[in-house]
Amino acid sequence: MSESVSTAEAPTRGLPPGDGEPGIWQRYGVVAVFLVPALVLLGVWIVYPTIRTIIRSFFDRSGDEFIGLDNYQTLFEDDTLLTALRNNLLWLLIVPAFVTAVGLVFAVLLERVRFSTAFKVAVFMPMAISLFAAGVIWRLMYEKDPDQGTVNAAIAVVKDAVSPSGVLSAAKPSTDALQGGPKGGLVLERELANGDVAQLGLTGIRSSDVPANAEQAVVPEALAGGITGVVWRDFKPGGGTAGEVEAEELGLPGVTVELRDEDGRSALETTTEADGTFVFEDVGAGSFRAAIGPDTFSEPYAGVSWLGASLITPAIMLSYAWVWAGFAMVVIAAGLAAIPRDLLEAARTDGATELQVFRRVTIPLLAPVLTVVFITMLIYVLKVFDIVIAVAPGSVQDDANVIALAMWRTSFGGVNDFGLGAAIAVFLFLLVIPILAINVRRFRREV
Amino acid sequence: MKRRWLVFALLIGVLAFVGAGCGGDDDGGGAEGSEDVSGEVSIMAIWAGEEQESFEAVIAGFEEAYPNVDVTYNSGGDNLGPLLSTAVEGGNPPDLAAIGQPGLMADFAEQGVLQPIDDLRDTIVEGLGESVADVGAVEGTQYGVMYKGANKSTIWYNVAAFEEAGVEPPETWEDLSAAADTIKAAGVTPYSVGVDVGWPITDIFENVYLRSAGPEMYDQLARHEIAWTDQSVKDALGIMAEIFASDNMAGGTEGALQTEMPDSVAKVFTDSPEAAMVIIGDFAPGVTETTLEPETGYNVFDFPSIEGSEPAVMGAGDIFLKFTENPASDAFLEYLTTVEAAEIWAERGGFTSPHQDIDVSVYPDEITRATAGALSEAEAFKFDMSDLQPAAFGGTPGQGMWKHLTDFVANPDDIDGTAEKLEADAVNAFG
Repeated sequence: MSESVSTAEAPTRGLPPGDGEPGIWQRYGVVAVFLVPALVLLGVWIVYPTIRTIIRSFFDRSGDEFIGLDNYQTLFEDDTLLTALRNNLLWLLIVPAFVTAVGLVFAVLLERVRFSTAFKVAVFMPMAISLFAAGVIWRLMYEKDPDQGTVNAAIAVVKDAVSPSGVLSAAKPSTDALQGGPKGGLVLERELANGDVAQLGLTGIRSSDVPANAEQAVVPEALAGGITGVVWRDFKPGGGTAGEVEAEELGLPGVTVELRDEDGRSALETTTEADGTFVFEDVGAGSFRAAIGPDTFSEPYAGVSWLGASLITPAIMLSYAWVWAGFAMVVIAAGLAAIPRDLLEAARTDGATELQVFRRVTIPLLAPVLTVVFITMLIYVLKVFDIVIAVAPGSVQDDANVIALAMWRTSFGGVNDFGLGAAIAVFLFLLVIPILAINVRRFRREV
Repeated sequence: MKRRWLVFALLIGVLAFVGAGCGGDDDGGGAEGSEDVSGEVSIMAIWAGEEQESFEAVIAGFEEAYPNVDVTYNSGGDNLGPLLSTAVEGGNPPDLAAIGQPGLMADFAEQGVLQPIDDLRDTIVEGLGESVADVGAVEGTQYGVMYKGANKSTIWYNVAAFEEAGVEPPETWEDLSAAADTIKAAGVTPYSVGVDVGWPITDIFENVYLRSAGPEMYDQLARHEIAWTDQSVKDALGIMAEIFASDNMAGGTEGALQTEMPDSVAKVFTDSPEAAMVIIGDFAPGVTETTLEPETGYNVFDFPSIEGSEPAVMGAGDIFLKFTENPASDAFLEYLTTVEAAEIWAERGGFTSPHQDIDVSVYPDEITRATAGALSEAEAFKFDMSDLQPAAFGGTPGQGMWKHLTDFVANPDDIDGTAEKLEADAVNAFG
């Protein structure tokens, strides 16, 4: 364009005769002055690195040997890289659609509530933090221990209200005389008849978890016609002798002991005293078994392993959606505001339900905006990187891997194979090109 | 016309610049004393800030003894590796440099950019012991002096948790197992394990292997002269599997896999400990904030002996290398093998000397005395094996030792499978 302008205007200028050249030079000079800085920056930061990366991808690790397409072949053979490809595919299929849908729902609903600006600000707020910082926040929220991770703490509150944890959740039998596990309770192997004394030793109990009123454990006297026994913490500093009530070992008060008959049914129940002793009077004839019921051992909620190998990718996707939902909402809300109200009114007057108005009128009119959001998300999701590295702990980064992360890890994260890293980069570049092309064409059409 | 002038001016400028550059190079050689050593020594190392001040005190000690030598120190910081490689590539290396990677030293030696210091070998062996001297040797040629060490054969424990369970710091593996069981009976989880990206687990393996298979086989395995499928490797895996039982680790297997190294230390160094012990190098107190006091709150013991093994330390260190022929450099390297050079920094703290004759009372606190004492008294000092491997096998997340030993924590029954996968990756990495 500039050429045609300059040639067309050149003769009309009053330049010295026989010296037409400087005019053109001047013109080119002006163009150059304006273009060169941009071209230089583009060349140094975009064009040269792109070409260099493409060339580098055909060479081996050291960069000395030309190996053709070997790096690209590795890309589809290496397990870690295949996981990255598969994960990226999942990201592409799920995240853009999910974010657009969430944004749409927020935008439509918030149009109808009062104080909608306040809600919009709240939803948009995450956009103000960097993805890496968001990743760090979610990393902490996803911690498995309900005492540390917010997400599991929320679940734990509900769960503990439904089924509270037992008084001795971590306790284990101190000898083989007690059998069973936390599920069915611990049962004393030895059969008891009236006049017997039962000893139920437990271990693995933290001293801070022993009830404060506990006293030195005592083996009770035998009782004619009844069964007596003791439940105690079979541990003293250094270990002590397992199965033996010794000095310094405390009784466990408040433990529910069952006496089960020959069919395994619970016949009697009692709780232990401060010194750990319990008494069943007048049990009658026959043989019994003493047991501590499963309620005593029910464990506190351990938390969902969000950061484990199986849940890590969905967990990261969720945190990513949290960040981007605000962007989608704001753009869609702007589109929504631009829809002519009379069309909606007309549809309603014609007897369409709200759902029909939404599906048949609002969505088609919003389609261009939704496409913009969707395509933008497609591009961002393809090159997703920082949030993955921030949320995923080192041991599961293989399972959470995506193409951009694989590229970084291969080139700089220790493998130091720049050839393979370049091949991954080129592959990612090729994936982005079609989406970019679609986007550019759309812009042209709209202009 | 104008342009011609410009080109001319430019040419002059370039010539002047090149000339100045050449002239600058000439200054270096210069004076050569007849009796006393004299000259200049330039040194590059990772130490910055407080560590730099300490090292400059060490240099001051040298300059006192050799008043005609001028030593300049430049800190490379965390970028030491790339900086040094670039300087070597550009043909302008420092006279001396201290690096922490024996693998990089071997690379430099192969490129022929290092000056052998075989004449100093006897002096080094005399001061630092043979196994420390060997750290600086590549295929029988001495290239380096390890001056600053790190002891990775340490286990840290919560004193209150040990007292509550009534156990003493163990000296043998059997005692350690018994102590772990007693601690468990007291209701406390014995170990805090932080898998992180995998290296803390390779350190545990290396400690076990050094003791169960012995120093000679450790060297052979490090050079991949014996296969990872060897029975000795499987035995070592079997021994360490005991630690990785789910109820032995804070948070169970899942918890261990998601724990970063600093957090694994934090779980022990607190007044409500989640675990009693953490197996990690002498740097542990530096990686986390704690309200506990050293010795009374947390303390340390040596990695226990396995089946009567001799005291051995697996660790790391900074190795001084000589890049240029310069008599003043030789004097400085010799100075580094002396007790005086070690004690200057030892007194200031943050330093562990591999020197055999160092008086441990110069260290500023009891804990350093214990960890540093173990290092200088060890019968065998072996460099961290994963640092001796090609990076793809010994230092890359998701690959080689880091990957397969991490998977072993998740699945400690799979001894044969782990050994086979390690061997397959080792074969690839060693080519």
